[in-house]
Amino acid sequence: MKYLLLALLAGTPFYGIGNYPLHLVIMCLLWGYVYTSWSIMGRLGLVSFGHGSFLGIGAYSVVMLWNHFGVSPWIGAVVGVVLSAVVAVIIGFPCFRFKIVGHYFALVTLALSEVTRLIIVALRDQTGGSLGATPNTALAQGNAWSFGALQFSDKIVWFYAILAVWLAGLWVWAKVDRGMTRLALEAISHEEEAAASIGINVTRSKLFVTLISAVMTSIGGALYAQYQLYINPETVSGISISLQMVFGVIAGGMYVMLGPTVGAVFTLLLAEGLRLALGDAFKQFPALDLAIYGLMLVLFIIHMPKGILGTAQEAWGRASRPH
Amino acid sequence: MREVLEVNGLSKRFGGFTAVSEVSFKLQEGEILGLIGPNGSGKSTTFNLIAGLHAPSGGSVRLHGEEIGGLAPAAICHRGIARTFQIPRPFRKLSLLENVAIAAFYGQDQKVSREKAYADAADALGLVQLPGGPDARVDGLGAAGLKKLELARALATQPKVLLADESLGGLDHAEMEQAADMLAMIRREKGITIIWVEHIMGVLMRVVDRCIVLDHGEVIAQGKPAEVAHDPKVIEVYLGTDAAEVQQTVADRAA
Repeated sequence: MKYLLLALLAGTPFYGIGNYPLHLVIMCLLWGYVYTSWSIMGRLGLVSFGHGSFLGIGAYSVVMLWNHFGVSPWIGAVVGVVLSAVVAVIIGFPCFRFKIVGHYFALVTLALSEVTRLIIVALRDQTGGSLGATPNTALAQGNAWSFGALQFSDKIVWFYAILAVWLAGLWVWAKVDRGMTRLALEAISHEEEAAASIGINVTRSKLFVTLISAVMTSIGGALYAQYQLYINPETVSGISISLQMVFGVIAGGMYVMLGPTVGAVFTLLLAEGLRLALGDAFKQFPALDLAIYGLMLVLFIIHMPKGILGTAQEAWGRASRPH
Repeated sequence: MREVLEVNGLSKRFGGFTAVSEVSFKLQEGEILGLIGPNGSGKSTTFNLIAGLHAPSGGSVRLHGEEIGGLAPAAICHRGIARTFQIPRPFRKLSLLENVAIAAFYGQDQKVSREKAYADAADALGLVQLPGGPDARVDGLGAAGLKKLELARALATQPKVLLADESLGGLDHAEMEQAADMLAMIRREKGITIIWVEHIMGVLMRVVDRCIVLDHGEVIAQGKPAEVAHDPKVIEVYLGTDAAEVQQTVADRAA
């Protein structure tokens, strides 16, 4: 069943659905991957509002190194990963060591994503500030693709590249889900002192998932930059994108493997729907989408804490159980 | 008999308040030592100092001659001291087996495989007579069951010394008797040395080899149950009108 669905998904570019729908599918997979990355720590009680930071570091590392120094995005992505890991440790270690949890952890990480956005804006001479940045094209003289510059004019290449990354993300999620680390972190998130008393190194366990999550998110940022060929501080860092990640994962379902991906589809459809429905009003109130996300987040947490997929699976389980 | 644990001049101050003052005692291999005293006498703090939850303000704790005072709780667990909590702290989202399996996996001194951790967990659950099936959940447990889970979790770390904090009851008399029998059984089956913290003296007196009585953070008496139960200072500050009953328990035990 699941391989059949995967085969169906893999055939997407050949259904003649046109460029824009294919773009939407790619975006669903890319954000599905990023949300999955977030949920690896988010589902274990480490609710981060700082993932905009890792996304931004990943995206700006590739574009800045490429544009200013001609460094290949492949290397730029590695630099972004290393930088994200360093930032994750700098923020994570003191938080975990001194038991900053729950709302306080959320606040610290919220500040992190805003600080990252402000740094990007402040370095406007290098980053282009609020106007954003475009990677210099490597596709002049009729080249359709450049592997070294990680630029492809054909969406089909991107579709398969991002499909592979998304699958890899799901694989990591499942690996963590089945591991002892997950149980240890569930224990920590309920009873930190009791977890420590049975020999669990709380700081190390938390840092472990935080690093996985941050590194994966950073790769997502690099892919976003290379696929879209345009980034700005608002779309890859700051409060708005960080909140959107939290919202997407909670809406889709935090505790099931495909929950974050369902959340990404939902968020994307919601954003496109709002854009169409509200039209000009949307442009007049630039924070309107954020307000709507916030409102819906509250509604989801109250009425559907297991998210769309989690709730659907539960209902399916109830219906198929013999009476 | 070999000495397992030696506590020397252990003190803890919280700001200007001295919770534990110059507490010293030795623990012999295989014995059950009762740590008793009225509420607020410093029993639980002494216990938390040994388990690493608080760092001592002074004094030393030696396990087999090695200083362990001030180590983090996880490190102390790896050295071989396991604890239970006064108020049970189960991991509610995990099954009973998983609760105990992570203790077996992370708590043992040497690295163990996942399979061995689950096998050890099933053993520990069996010893305290809790179900070890994959569907057994924490939600179905009452106060006595939660106490047993605490014990199973501690035992799964394969400790040399078990610190059993039973001081905040929630158990009826029959359940307390059972808990006492269980600690005796654990010592018998596993040869684990036990420090048992309790504030109700009656049941404890039946099982322990020795006890230490704390009051206002200081040791006011220590010795065999019969000696302690007749100690005038213990009767004055702690036993009061219950003295006769406790003395009777000790006498019954001797008979």
